[in-house]
Amino acid sequence: MRQFEVTFIVDPVLPKDEIQAKANKYVDYLKANDANIVHIDEMGLRQLAYPIKNRNSGIYYCIEFQSELGQVVDGLELTLRRDEELLRFLTVSLDKYGVKYNADKRAGLIGKKKKSDKKADAPVAAAAPKAEKPAEKPAPKAEAKPEPKPEPKAEPKAEAKSADDLKKIEGIGPKIAGLLNDAGILTFADLAGADVEKVKGILADAGSRYAMHDPTTWGQQAQLAADGKWDELKTLQDELQGGKPADSSEEE
Amino acid sequence: MASRDDIKFLSNPKIGQKRKKYCRFKKYGIKYIDYKDPDFLLQFVNEQGKILPRRITGNSLKYQRRVATAIKRARHLAMMPYVADLLK
Repeated sequence: MRQFEVTFIVDPVLPKDEIQAKANKYVDYLKANDANIVHIDEMGLRQLAYPIKNRNSGIYYCIEFQSELGQVVDGLELTLRRDEELLRFLTVSLDKYGVKYNADKRAGLIGKKKKSDKKADAPVAAAAPKAEKPAEKPAPKAEAKPEPKPEPKAEPKAEAKSADDLKKIEGIGPKIAGLLNDAGILTFADLAGADVEKVKGILADAGSRYAMHDPTTWGQQAQLAADGKWDELKTLQDELQGGKPADSSEEE
Repeated sequence: MASRDDIKFLSNPKIGQKRKKYCRFKKYGIKYIDYKDPDFLLQFVNEQGKILPRRITGNSLKYQRRVATAIKRARHLAMMPYVADLLK
């Protein structure tokens, strides 16, 4: 069984139902020829990088299908070629990595989706009733603020305690915040409690990319954030440069 | 007057050191390069839309070939331009 992927661009000037019918026509053609449809991706209207047939945009469709020997492809391409309302098409056979990539993509594991999933975890947890952790309580202000884009997704990850927006700490970006969350550091109080060596260890495990980040001041910043002292945190961050002490005398 | 010892570091010795290039696909275990992801592929072209050579991107030969194929497919599907100006 080999897996293929055909992408084609439909003329956007056609009425909507006709465009839909066009996609269905090829799906039916594939089904009629013993191909097994894996997935139909409507990528929608996109801007073309260069005009084709005097059109500047097109409607993209991508059909993934399995076929025993791939004899369908010849017939499919012939009908695609004869179709004057298509701007472009491309058939590609997928290797095993391609198949896996597409499966992962559908499951939302790839690229930006991965990040948004992680972000989506937090508001769900925040919506949950306040947890038994007493460490939470000094940070009620932070609870109100976290996660500017609440995108509630049904990800029933049983994180009892709600997460703070660690990115508020200077030196922590979305990547590192994700790392810390994975390591069990979800709130400012957690970060304040964790010692510098442990945080350094987390960063070192994540690869050399993070080696440049210096967590020495994060604990101090997190303590202020956990206590809700936002003004003091602000002044501290003004003194810091990229989350690192401006001069070494500030280091504990 | 500058003595012999002062001349030792007339220029910063670290300036000449180049960061070692690496193949990001090998390093991060990326096995498949999606031709439908033009934003990613944009990292491998210059601002005219030309494919960057290996000596700049540091890709291994295997993945440079795959990047090139993916970019060419993306161009065919008008997701990336064949020729452009000020792409980035």
